[in-house]
Amino acid sequence: MASSKTLQNLTVALAGNPNSGKTTVFNALVGTRHRVANYPGVTVEKKEGRCHHSGHELNFVDLPGTYSLTAYSTEELVARHFILDGQADVVVDILDASNIERHLYLATQLMEMQVPLVLAFNMSDVARAKGLEFDLKKLEILLGVRIVPMVASKREGVNELLDAIIETIESPQLTPTSLQYGDEVEEELSLIGRAIAEHPEVVGAQYPPRWIALKLLEGDKEALGWIQDAAIQEVINKSREHLKEIFGDNADIIIADRRYGFISGACQETVKDTVQARHDISDMIDRFLTNRYVGLPIFGGLMFLVFYLTFTIGAYPMGWLESLFGWLGAGIYNAWPQDFLLWMRSLIVDGIIGGVGGVVIFLPNILMLFLGIAILEDTGYMARAAFVMDRIMHKIGLHGKSFIPMLIGFGCSVPAIMATRILENRRNRLATMLVIPLISCGARIPIYTLFVAAFFPEHMQGPMMWLIYVIGILLAIACIQLLRKTLLKGETVPFVMELPPYRMPTWRGLLIHMWGRGWMYLKKAGTVILLISIILWVAMSYPKPAESRLAGLDELQQQNVTLQHSVAGHIGRTIEPALEPLGFDWKIGTALIGASAAKEVFVSQLSIIYSLGDSEESVDALRRHLREDYSPLQGFCVMLFCLITAPCVATVAITRKESGSWKWAAFQYFGLTVLAYVVTLVVYQSGRLILG
Amino acid sequence: MEKSNVQPLDKIPAGTAAQIVSIEAGTGLKNRLASMGLLVDVGVRVIRNDGAGQIIIHVKNSKVILGRGMSHKIFVIRV
Ligand SMILES: Nc1nc2c(ncn2[C@@H]2O[C@H](COP(=O)(O)OP(=O)(O)O)[C@@H](O)[C@H]2O)c(=O)[nH]1
Repeated sequence: MASSKTLQNLTVALAGNPNSGKTTVFNALVGTRHRVANYPGVTVEKKEGRCHHSGHELNFVDLPGTYSLTAYSTEELVARHFILDGQADVVVDILDASNIERHLYLATQLMEMQVPLVLAFNMSDVARAKGLEFDLKKLEILLGVRIVPMVASKREGVNELLDAIIETIESPQLTPTSLQYGDEVEEELSLIGRAIAEHPEVVGAQYPPRWIALKLLEGDKEALGWIQDAAIQEVINKSREHLKEIFGDNADIIIADRRYGFISGACQETVKDTVQARHDISDMIDRFLTNRYVGLPIFGGLMFLVFYLTFTIGAYPMGWLESLFGWLGAGIYNAWPQDFLLWMRSLIVDGIIGGVGGVVIFLPNILMLFLGIAILEDTGYMARAAFVMDRIMHKIGLHGKSFIPMLIGFGCSVPAIMATRILENRRNRLATMLVIPLISCGARIPIYTLFVAAFFPEHMQGPMMWLIYVIGILLAIACIQLLRKTLLKGETVPFVMELPPYRMPTWRGLLIHMWGRGWMYLKKAGTVILLISIILWVAMSYPKPAESRLAGLDELQQQNVTLQHSVAGHIGRTIEPALEPLGFDWKIGTALIGASAAKEVFVSQLSIIYSLGDSEESVDALRRHLREDYSPLQGFCVMLFCLITAPCVATVAITRKESGSWKWAAFQYFGLTVLAYVVTLVVYQSGRLILG
Repeated sequence: MEKSNVQPLDKIPAGTAAQIVSIEAGTGLKNRLASMGLLVDVGVRVIRNDGAGQIIIHVKNSKVILGRGMSHKIFVIRV
């Protein structure tokens, strides 16, 4: 009977260096159906997915990609705890077989932890092309670990890996070799080992004793924290000092050196380089792409291309979606039974479809932009661009990589803030995150086009648009510099980053990257937007004016009276005195309240206030009304205010999630609102003085 | 090897191979560098060095970008 074997539920942790193809392996194992959460208490992403193999249910957990397992970074601590706390039945380390010596470094640290381990030699196709030949049987014996060659991008070796995982759990043939670090280090290790053996109450006691001794000797911050006993601390300090005297370096560096020694010994016997080392073409491409003179123009050209394609190609599906939502709204409106729960019709059509639709129509643009960025990332170009941009970014106290989220910000702030994850340094990341709303996103374009065309002659419209964008960028730079000198002070951390090799991206990989981000935008922003749309709809529809006041008015006029009478209308009037110094009246104020959910709502709010529909002719009528009511200076100030002020709810929500606290989201929200007020005030008042 | 041959890595022009003789950094940073293969006695090759800004080096079969400040703390001899 096939089902006589019980379905065992096994947990498999995937470890590996960044760029080892870990994500590709994970996807090859579990498909795209996976859950994303955070590890408890930290903002490190945790991906989990399941698969069945020969009667077992395997639960895969993707650990953060790390180069080692020290206590210096959150990612490394997260990975190491997951492994040490016995949450994984087996650990699979994904390695880039074409760069084996470097990637085995992490493997040696996993071996030190004495956990059931399998090594996946991914990228074997690249290794073969480079002329590397492995004696895997021999290497398995030297390391004491099962090795499975793979080409994850072609799904080769997936079944073999699954077999090896189950074999390692059920009938392990090998045990990880215990690394030897040389007589002097071994001596100190046994001294420390003996000292902690006398005190089994030490916190880390459930961990392998040799591993604890090793970490203590290395001076690992977390491990040292476990030791309260002064006598043991004394032993550790003595050992560390003794080694320093002999070798002139800290114990952890000596141990790192020994690990590489072990690796290079093992590789010498088992890896043959059949092709003489050559300076490959990748160096030539690098010299060209990062060249001091042409590097920046190439980068600019590629960016232009990405944006151009995003907005030209993206415009078609955006139009379709717009029509779809319009058709849906009109359909429901017309099919609604007469005099039946009319408020509900309005909630569904104006509130939900209008509000959510307004966000969803940006999805094609966002997916296009993400596709472009995924291509640049998966080919390896993005890391080169970070190098090129570093000169400029360095001047404002950020690393080159910060440009990537800012670039995405021109499309939409939400994915841009998500993209700040690539910045390891927290201060750097927060500073970038906080100013991203100053980069004019796609949702602000309708506001700018309305006002620019209303107040400025044809020849000034282009420069005016440009001016608004540039003001945003300059303010972002100024804010970053201010933040880096005050709240987020701290020297720029020394920078080390791996430059991944150039690779041909796969369609599957690109689509997964694009959709992964796009889905987060839809899900997170969509749910929040839905809620806020309903709240705003209520605020703009209630309380209702008396029936008698609506009698004899056409529908547009009724909408106007309702809005004026509603909570939003009242708030608009209440804040009018505060907005007056900026040149705004209650109409602008009311529209701004609507715009706090999503900026493009501002335009539709104004149309309601002026009792206009949203057809082509009425946009012209709206512009005429605006010209009658306001001066060009006031018009400009409205744009300025919309540029800077409070980010939309989706942005607030994502800032809270990515920064890990409401505090930063609130700071961003109120900080930008105050900034908008101050800047607009100064511009309006000085403008009035100058223009008389 | 004469002591005077020792130079910080940021003074090594592009295209030159060198060997690391010492790294003058704090423990955390040294560890990070070690995990990327940058240790004493390891051979590196400078791929890009414009005299300012970050540099790119080749180490153990892969490429690494180093900040200028960082590369100033790595001492090497040309080989
Ligand atoms: N040639 C080749 N490319 C691969 C292989 N596995 C992954 N890749 C590619 O390597 C790149 C980086 O992979 P990814 O999984 O994102 O790496 P991660 O940073 O380790 O998660 C992607 O473009 C993959 O398509 C492989 O076995 N062979």
